[in-house]
Amino acid sequence: MKRLIVAAVTLGALAGLDLLLPRFLNPYFMRILMLCGISIVLAVSLNLINGFTGQFSIGHAGFMAIGAYSSAMFSMHIGVGWVSALEALGAPQGLAQAAALVVALLLGGLAAAVAGYFVGLPSLRLRGDYLAIVTLGFGEIIRVIITNVDAVGAARGLPGIPQWANFFWVAAAVIAVVGVSLRIANSSHGRALFAIRDDEVAAEALGVDTTRYKVLAFVIGSFFAGIAGGLFAHYNAYLHPNSFTFLKSIEIIAMVVLGGLGSISGSILAAVFLTVLPEALRSAQELRMVIYSLMIIVLMITRPGGLMGSREIDVRRWFGRRARPA
Amino acid sequence: MNPDVLLHLDHVTMQFGGLKAVANLDLEVGRGELVGLIGPNGAGKTTVFNLITGVYTPTNGRVMFEGRAIQGMKPHVIAHRGITRTFQNIRLFASRTCRDNVLIAAHQHCEAGLLDAVLATARFERDEQAMRKRADELLALLGLSEWADVRAAELPYGQQRRLEIARALAGRPRLLLLDEPAAGLNPQESDQLMHLIEEIRRKFEVTILLIEHDMRVVMGICRRIAVLDYGEKIAEGTPGQIRSDPKVIEAYLGEEVPAAGGNA
Repeated sequence: MKRLIVAAVTLGALAGLDLLLPRFLNPYFMRILMLCGISIVLAVSLNLINGFTGQFSIGHAGFMAIGAYSSAMFSMHIGVGWVSALEALGAPQGLAQAAALVVALLLGGLAAAVAGYFVGLPSLRLRGDYLAIVTLGFGEIIRVIITNVDAVGAARGLPGIPQWANFFWVAAAVIAVVGVSLRIANSSHGRALFAIRDDEVAAEALGVDTTRYKVLAFVIGSFFAGIAGGLFAHYNAYLHPNSFTFLKSIEIIAMVVLGGLGSISGSILAAVFLTVLPEALRSAQELRMVIYSLMIIVLMITRPGGLMGSREIDVRRWFGRRARPA
Repeated sequence: MNPDVLLHLDHVTMQFGGLKAVANLDLEVGRGELVGLIGPNGAGKTTVFNLITGVYTPTNGRVMFEGRAIQGMKPHVIAHRGITRTFQNIRLFASRTCRDNVLIAAHQHCEAGLLDAVLATARFERDEQAMRKRADELLALLGLSEWADVRAAELPYGQQRRLEIARALAGRPRLLLLDEPAAGLNPQESDQLMHLIEEIRRKFEVTILLIEHDMRVVMGICRRIAVLDYGEKIAEGTPGQIRSDPKVIEAYLGEEVPAAGGNA
């Protein structure tokens, strides 16, 4: 009951912000805010794989691309029809679009999760650099396929995606991925993931099904990457294979490492930081990427464990409620 | 077969290329026993543990636990069957707290699924609380209460050894394998530890197979001892028999095997 109230209040607040924010923020800041949200979903979901479980995946952009393209294809070919059908039945436009968007996002997430399952399988035999190369190959395969399949626009890109994603949905996805990650981290399942990261042999000997949990981390992580891709597609209204290159995967890894491997709050901070920084440096013009890179290098030298190390910002402590050790 | 036999290594051989790490080993451990497994460096003691826990599958022979063959099973399945272990070269989950280390081993008895955890259902809360309570009891028993919230990597060495035992017990084993639990401890510490192991055996009614280098320790608490050398069992019997066995004395290369000797 209490939880229902919290959920209702949260959703109400998001809906309110969704209406208010565009009045106070100009479209440029609004866009940065949306991209921050999508980055958070990407970083926190990769943190489940690389941070919690200690696997090394550099194919996150591939999962994002699968979610983006499959949800976009659904919306363009089926979702649009649903929306007009619902509207014909008298449903308000916003609600009809929201319903179609939720289905599109879930489909994108599921498609990415299935891919995550199959990419997760080699992780049972490979680790470290070797797994990294497999996931790198996977990401490139996805990009090459997209670039060559005409039905999804190939190298021209895919225009005309309905622009249904707004602040409300991006914020809801952020809350979902952070909530799920936090719950997992504080449960027996999360401890099993951390155990695998610290010592796989010991974890197995003490009854942790390491096979199951390594694949599980991949499946959950790629599901949310797919959701992030779907949000990106329905916010941008246009997709291009160049958005999902190897560099995009590296950018997400940089967020996780900079935030501190395993730290959810670290991933959030770093995702916001690395999304805002290139924009804040626009005035530096040609020096922009040099300063951007230098700042990352300096940060990593001064805080080798990442911004947060493996710690968390404990919000509950601020509200004076019981705090569990991280 | 005797129903009181908990573990039976039935003529087990483990061959690595040209090297026979364990050769035709036949060993029985009875329910409730505390059996010592000793031998010089490289005799194959830890390999025996790895064979029992499923890290290796024997080249030949069978590993019988509670009357059923377990060789070839995955280590986590064998842990579920009731065999847990400690590691000679301490393998704690270094970045986790002591309590979490113990909780991780209790994981296999956790009923709440992933969805329970995400939705924080009543079952999840109940499970977590029961596991936490039990973990704190185990930590108290091993004298680690004050370290409960400290990361395992920051523990003093002696406490790390104890945490390994607490963690292995959290899996509620019927057979506990201890791999040199007293390694690196000073004589007082290892004395305390031996008393503790005896207490654990009685309190948890757990069968223990103990690898140890420190002869004094093994002789003190094990009623039965098996001696390995070059992968073969060269002697088995009471501490008295082992102490006077010429083959054992030879294997330890003329080293004295006194009632109160030092490290091998």
